[in-house]
Amino acid sequence: MAARVDVRKTYKLYIGGAFPRSESGHSYAVEDAKGGFVANAALASRKDARDAVVAARAAFKGWAGRTAYNRAQVLYRVAEVMEDRRPQFSLAVQQSEGLNAGRADKVVDTAIDRLVWYAGWADKIAQVTGNANPVAGPFFNLSTPEPTGVVAVLAPQRSSLLGLVTTLAPVVVTGNTVVVVSSYARPLPAVTFAEVLATSDVPGGVVNLLTGSAATVAPWLASHMDVNAIDLVGVAGDAALATDLEVAAAENLKRVRRAPAAEPDWAAEPGLDTMTDFLETKTVWHPIGV
Amino acid sequence: MLDGMPAPATPEAPAGWDFSDVVGSDSSLRRFLHGLPGVDQVGAEARAAQLGTRSIKTTAKAFALDLAIRMVDLTTLEGQDTPGKVRALAAKAMRPDPSDPTCPPAAAVCVYPDMVADVKQVLGDSGVKVASVATAFPSGRAALDVKLADTRDAVAAGADEIDMVIDRGAFLSGRYLQVFEEIVAVREACTAADGREAHLKVIFETGELQTLDNVRRASWLAMMAGGHFIKTSTGKVQPAATLPVTLVMLEAVRDFREATGQMVGVKPAGGIRSSKDAIKYLVMVNEVAGADWLDPDWFRFGASTLLNDLLMQRTKMTTGRYSGPDYFTLD
Repeated sequence: MAARVDVRKTYKLYIGGAFPRSESGHSYAVEDAKGGFVANAALASRKDARDAVVAARAAFKGWAGRTAYNRAQVLYRVAEVMEDRRPQFSLAVQQSEGLNAGRADKVVDTAIDRLVWYAGWADKIAQVTGNANPVAGPFFNLSTPEPTGVVAVLAPQRSSLLGLVTTLAPVVVTGNTVVVVSSYARPLPAVTFAEVLATSDVPGGVVNLLTGSAATVAPWLASHMDVNAIDLVGVAGDAALATDLEVAAAENLKRVRRAPAAEPDWAAEPGLDTMTDFLETKTVWHPIGV
Repeated sequence: MLDGMPAPATPEAPAGWDFSDVVGSDSSLRRFLHGLPGVDQVGAEARAAQLGTRSIKTTAKAFALDLAIRMVDLTTLEGQDTPGKVRALAAKAMRPDPSDPTCPPAAAVCVYPDMVADVKQVLGDSGVKVASVATAFPSGRAALDVKLADTRDAVAAGADEIDMVIDRGAFLSGRYLQVFEEIVAVREACTAADGREAHLKVIFETGELQTLDNVRRASWLAMMAGGHFIKTSTGKVQPAATLPVTLVMLEAVRDFREATGQMVGVKPAGGIRSSKDAIKYLVMVNEVAGADWLDPDWFRFGASTLLNDLLMQRTKMTTGRYSGPDYFTLD
């Protein structure tokens, strides 16, 4: 019997709930940890980043306007769908990061648990970080956290799934919409994650995923006047690029989560900063007795 | 106007073809309009799609964006329009981008007749025109004297341009002479008591004309009746302006100038929202009608949201970074 012909895959971007090819038409070969060919991924261009920002902006009002309880349910649903796809994620992590099956399974489990953990925070973060402020007058003075807006996330280069989920989930759960630039060399877990998002209840445009080079795309996101914040963890270790991006981001006073010197240990439990870094505090005064 | 381009041939061109015998009776008009060559719909769509693939970059793009801004008829035709809103819109037409003095003004502000005086007060002699819809816009379902009174009102209030709608019911049932005479009558009503004449744009509402053949017939009808501009749509009916429809109209004005020496303008309106779309139209104007039409006197965009996208693209070209809708006014 003749050997079956390989089904060679060319993955696409995830923008506004659809899977378009890159506007540039470019793609690049993705290799596994040993240097073997795995698949092609779309190479995002600056115009894809622009389109992704437009999609994220369009989705922002609806997503931020949902109840926190509902956002929790949506995120929990993402975890459910990931659970169903555990073997696929595990294989993708093995190929991308060169882990053995046991360790890859553990990474996937941690990523799913992390998503559930953040889903639980959706309707609690306002209680923890919000406040009833004592004021010298007959007023209720209440501070509540509000989402910042459209956030660009440069996902970690090394931790292709756990790092991605740990940087992405806290931004989305509080009501922001996101443009993610995945790991350049290890994009496939992110692509699979995008397929999970598309088949769960996350509205189109809330998460937009670009595969490609952060060095090419990130300057356009950092200088984009309609992006409200940027997480630079994906350029950890590249101090020169990180500085350039911070300078570009200053033009519209973006919130910047600065790049660490090296990627942190993603297995460690993240603090609340991952969420509060992309929240604004709204304070209202309300007369007592009205 | 592009450098080195010949001036429009309108005034000094030979009188050319005399169509007075054509428009003499309903039957001769029908014979003429139905004798026009049929439009190859598939061909028109393919041609429009092909022209839409041109890549316009750098200096050509900068030129196209500025030209498109100068061609915008900034439009608001809502029941909820207030004097305050149309005044704000008029101010925006004069200075679309207040942060950049090199940004050109829009061509005109297009409003309902009762808003003309408010707009005129703001625009003054800035050079930005006041356009007013008239003749029982958007349906055109009213008696002729009502339509004419509507038109005279708008002209008396100071409108520089009148956007009239044709009677689609009469057109579709083949009463071409009635449509023709209505356009002629409205054109006469465009002359104010002091002799000032408003330009007349004739709206076909191509979304209701069903076929491209009808678009071609309506174009010739309106041009022979003396319309200064032919306009696709009211913006109230879907589909509004499309590339193939505009292609047919551009062919008509080109052929009409060849036949008579008279130049007529074209205005697609409704559904043009992005700079990319606008540039596709400009490419088509240049390729089909010719560079003479690349001027706000001969080509206009009826739009409201388009202007903001043009401004965002323009800002992107001057600053090198993407802009956002937060930096421009909503209307």
